[in-house]
Amino acid sequence: MNFKNLIKIALNALQRNKMRAFLTMLGIIIGVASVIAMLAIGQGSKKSIQDQVSSMGSNMINVMPGGQMFGGVQMGNTSMKSLKLADIDAIRAQSTAISRISPEVRSSGQAIYGNKNTPTSIYGVNNEYLDIRKVSVKTGRKFTENEIKSAAKVCLIGKTVITELFGENADPVGKYIRFNSIPVKIIGVLTEKGQSTFGQDQDDLLIAPYTMVQKRILAIDYIQGIYASAINEQKASLAKTEVENILRAKHKIADDQDNDFEVRSQDELIKTFGSISDVLTILLGAIAGISLLVGGIGIMNIMYVSVTERTREIGLRMSIGGRGKDILMQFLTESIMISVIGGVIGILLGLGAAKGVGSIMNWPVEVMPQAVVLAFCVCTAIGVFFGWYPARKASNLDPIDALRYE
Amino acid sequence: MTKTIIEVKNLRKDFFMGEVTVHALRGVSLEIKAGEFVAIMGTSGSGKSTMLNILGCLDKPTSGEYYLDEVAVSGLTKNELAMLRNRKLGFVFQSYNLLARTSALENVELPLLYNSKIKAKERKEIAIHALEAVGLADRMHHMPNQLSGGQQQRVAIARSLVNDPVVILADEATGNLDTRTSYEIMALFQELNSKGKTIVFVTHEPDIAKFTSKNVIFKDGHIIKQLDVVDRNDARQMIAELPAVNEYD
Ligand SMILES: Nc1ncnc2c1ncn2[C@@H]1O[C@H](COP(=O)(O)OP(=O)(O)O)[C@@H](O)[C@H]1O
Ligand SMILES: [Mg+2]
Repeated sequence: MNFKNLIKIALNALQRNKMRAFLTMLGIIIGVASVIAMLAIGQGSKKSIQDQVSSMGSNMINVMPGGQMFGGVQMGNTSMKSLKLADIDAIRAQSTAISRISPEVRSSGQAIYGNKNTPTSIYGVNNEYLDIRKVSVKTGRKFTENEIKSAAKVCLIGKTVITELFGENADPVGKYIRFNSIPVKIIGVLTEKGQSTFGQDQDDLLIAPYTMVQKRILAIDYIQGIYASAINEQKASLAKTEVENILRAKHKIADDQDNDFEVRSQDELIKTFGSISDVLTILLGAIAGISLLVGGIGIMNIMYVSVTERTREIGLRMSIGGRGKDILMQFLTESIMISVIGGVIGILLGLGAAKGVGSIMNWPVEVMPQAVVLAFCVCTAIGVFFGWYPARKASNLDPIDALRYE
Repeated sequence: MTKTIIEVKNLRKDFFMGEVTVHALRGVSLEIKAGEFVAIMGTSGSGKSTMLNILGCLDKPTSGEYYLDEVAVSGLTKNELAMLRNRKLGFVFQSYNLLARTSALENVELPLLYNSKIKAKERKEIAIHALEAVGLADRMHHMPNQLSGGQQQRVAIARSLVNDPVVILADEATGNLDTRTSYEIMALFQELNSKGKTIVFVTHEPDIAKFTSKNVIFKDGHIIKQLDVVDRNDARQMIAELPAVNEYD
């Protein structure tokens, strides 16, 4: 029996029981659609997180005070003051892989203009920070050397704070606001960055010279973090090791002691987030895969019913010359047809669902062509695997018994 | 000298059912020549169907020899038997065994689907030709449930003809039909036989057996009598003599 005839017979058989064929397919359709949609959503979030993190500078290195992190919670707090401005000088002097470096101190408080006020944060940094974090000044200017030295009461302002205090399209450069009780002059407006994948508003901030935030707002002599960028991405891990060694020496940490700071590089962060969303994708995919399995069992069930129902047909086919192999192929083709047609519909539906969910929920989706190809192959495999035993049963029937079957 | 189509020697068939063994055939020898129209007769349970199934290569005898068109059937594999059924045999069943929701034409084409030598176009031509031969050319695209019992049996006969078999085997082919329709079917078989088809026809009805050329009578797994039909009935003529339908009004 040739391929064309097999397909024709299978299509006829499915047509004779349209509703049943459809319901059986539905299991596969739902399974495949959910696998495709879940993977698209999982991959989409992974890609968007990675894009986000690398847009912050993939050669960035970040030093935080305090020892080892444990589940995100810093242990102890005496070491929270471990970073000093002198550390920055040491790194600048000794490191070969660092091109830019900036301290960071930050405070949250109220920004006030006239009778309007809004809660926000002020970041105390130097000019290099802007390059490291990939922030730029849209209008106005950066800090002068003198402003940094003298702890001048000047700041750069983010879009959200402008909107809250001045209104959407106002130009606040040259105006004075107060942060808590301290009057600060706005010297520049930051280019908008929008929301991060983590839902954080990246434009709700003020940026001021670190000296100003240290002395006039926080009244501290330590710093709360160091941001640096390596000369290039390839040097990022060398830079990280250098920074760690320099700081250990500077802090006089013995060989058997733990760091009182933590150095993180951005590409590590990318990898961490990447692996988190990989786990998520696998989890979602596995759940969807189970529904595909259930769909496959549905096919097997219906194929058994079909073989039993059509026992006389099988007997007849054998009596007019159908070999066991022909009968096997007939039923196998039928189950493959169910699963493949279901699979194709499922793929289309899954792509549609991913797009739909993506645009309604405003989630990023990323369809991997491999996932589509894989889904198609898995469907064919399911058709063969779950169709095999029923088809085998059919082909092993004795022609007379089958013809006599009531 | 006419060719021998079927030759069986000392055929035995036992069915083992746990403790009990049923001896369905107890040593049967029979020879059927080309062009014969043989009725296998006997009471229910005498072994007629068992005999026909073996002749049809659907079942294997417990012992004995069987030559079909000079091929030794015993010793063939399952696939070779299937091939033999496809190329040399035509079956007609009591309950027609047409595929539901499949047109008459497609039902008739079915045996040719299992013959890879025959192309789609040729297949259709042969099937149409067979339907014409049984007088159903105008019902080609009807489904079985749109056909009467007699018409369904005609489709089944057309199906048994498409591979140009050396012998047609029919088991109680008129068993589900009324007298008039049975005679019509017998008229068709007589017509086919007159054109040279060899037919083996199982029946327990003596009036049906009268249409054939030779009667073989079974009893308890033995052939007890073989006789040529001398006063053979002509089915066409018998139909004409039947009381007209409107006489029952
Ligand atoms: N598959 C079978 N299993 C057991 N016994 C069978 C089987 N087929 C037929 N027989 C027995 O063989 C005998 C002959 O049966 P069968 O050939 O069908 O008779 P007929 O067709 O003449 O009525 C009967 O006694 C029947 O019960
Ligand atoms: Mg019988």
